[in-house]
Amino acid sequence: MNANGETIIEVEHLVRRFGDRAVLDGISFNVHRGETLVIMGGSGCGKSTLLRHMIGSMKPTSGSVKLFGEEVTGMTEREIERVRLRFGMLFQSGALLASLTVGENVALPLVQHTDKSPDEIEQIVKQKLEMVGLTGFEDLKPDEISGGMKKRVGLARALALDPELLFSDEPTSGLDPIMTAVVDELTLNLTKGSHMTAVVVSHDMTSAFRIATRMIMLGHGSIVAQGTPDEIRNSSNPEVQQFIHGKADGPIPLNLSQEEHKDHQHVRPRPFFGARFRFHHKHP
Amino acid sequence: MKNYLQLNLSLLYWILIAPFSGQFFKIAPIFRQMVFIGVRAAPMVALTAFSVGVTLAMQAAHSLQSLGAEMYIPDLVMITLLREMGPVLIAVIVIGRSGSAVAAELGTMKVSEEIEALEVMAINPVQYLVVPRFLAMLVMLPALTIFGNYIGILGGWAVCRFALDFNTAGYVMRALESADTWDLYSGMIKSVVFAWIVITIACNAGLNVEGGAEGVGQSTTASVVQALLAMLVTNAVLTGIFFFSA
Repeated sequence: MNANGETIIEVEHLVRRFGDRAVLDGISFNVHRGETLVIMGGSGCGKSTLLRHMIGSMKPTSGSVKLFGEEVTGMTEREIERVRLRFGMLFQSGALLASLTVGENVALPLVQHTDKSPDEIEQIVKQKLEMVGLTGFEDLKPDEISGGMKKRVGLARALALDPELLFSDEPTSGLDPIMTAVVDELTLNLTKGSHMTAVVVSHDMTSAFRIATRMIMLGHGSIVAQGTPDEIRNSSNPEVQQFIHGKADGPIPLNLSQEEHKDHQHVRPRPFFGARFRFHHKHP
Repeated sequence: MKNYLQLNLSLLYWILIAPFSGQFFKIAPIFRQMVFIGVRAAPMVALTAFSVGVTLAMQAAHSLQSLGAEMYIPDLVMITLLREMGPVLIAVIVIGRSGSAVAAELGTMKVSEEIEALEVMAINPVQYLVVPRFLAMLVMLPALTIFGNYIGILGGWAVCRFALDFNTAGYVMRALESADTWDLYSGMIKSVVFAWIVITIACNAGLNVEGGAEGVGQSTTASVVQALLAMLVTNAVLTGIFFFSA
């Protein structure tokens, strides 16, 4: 752990309300260069909302988020684009552009933001795809490859500009154990070798303990526990123990009540589409 | 409505201002969209315009024959097509075909997080997705209208030549004499305005989809209805300004 390094992310007293319900209720933490921070917590606990605030696509009700020492919460779209060039983001679904091929998807940030020649770009695309174990897939369309492959292409795309900071939203869900290990290994190498910093939202405890240098567990909108993987593993907090060992019985409530759930969903209630939290840019 | 105005403003920014600060839009995607929006719509436009030309000629023949004024059939076909039927009907075809496709495409991208991914990669969705479609539409709808006008006049000729006593030269002469350039230009101005309305409504609907596949469907339908209404009302206003105010 490198607690003395440069501070890359500073989150202070972050509050986000949807109606009366505070999904994030006063969250503060720092991430230093070279660290891998794993954020964990049950579905709907605010992990992804927190991530959305860190990448500047949601504005908090109050509090501040600083990336590379710059306050992002009050930034205009133009200013935030400059900051976004310095980090990569892997979406839960991969979020590849369906109209482009795998190769074009990985090349997209390079084409848009650099003056590199087509040959150089092709070279970089090859190299990034090789890193995620997808050599030779350049010419396929996203709907011709599996979900796990899409996610790895998404990772290759997030890494295309060699970012200083990588955000990953559940990078290993839907991957087989071997590919999970490959992706974890990749994250470890990148944070070690190039001083990249990683923030990973994950449910996958094996992977989380493998890559994390620090962990945060969220629950009911605030930080339940934080510390090094060892500290978390040996935590006396029963919620933490229940979560990392995946037990059905314990202090964490199983379901949101219907009442809470209604406030929680800021879109129209749609009872048949499951309780997964969807994210949008605009809120009432 | 606020979203719609914002979209228009940022569209103007990316087309008129950003190129001077070094962020020129890429040309290749515009041509790709032109093929999709314009070239692939040509057969449908041709069929529509031909039917309309034939219908106009038959209706004109029916009314004018009783007055002994068949010689004015080409005038009526020509002027109706250039001023009204050409721009309006071809816009209807393009709304149904390309407008709905754009709304559905952008809507699907929105619900599958692709738009958000673009934003996080510091790629502006308006610049990357809307500008090429907008420019393609602004070029192709007037182009399709000119093409449709020709085909419609051909339809009128077919009726006059084969069902009535016209010869080809007579039809062409009469048609050309009757219309002045303002008839064509007024239709072109309408067509450009319709292009603007159709594509901005479609893109706005797509970019603001919420609520999964169901939301994409609703937005697409809404965009078609809104674009049709906006187009027809604008047409009435423009006709009033062009031909009724002076």
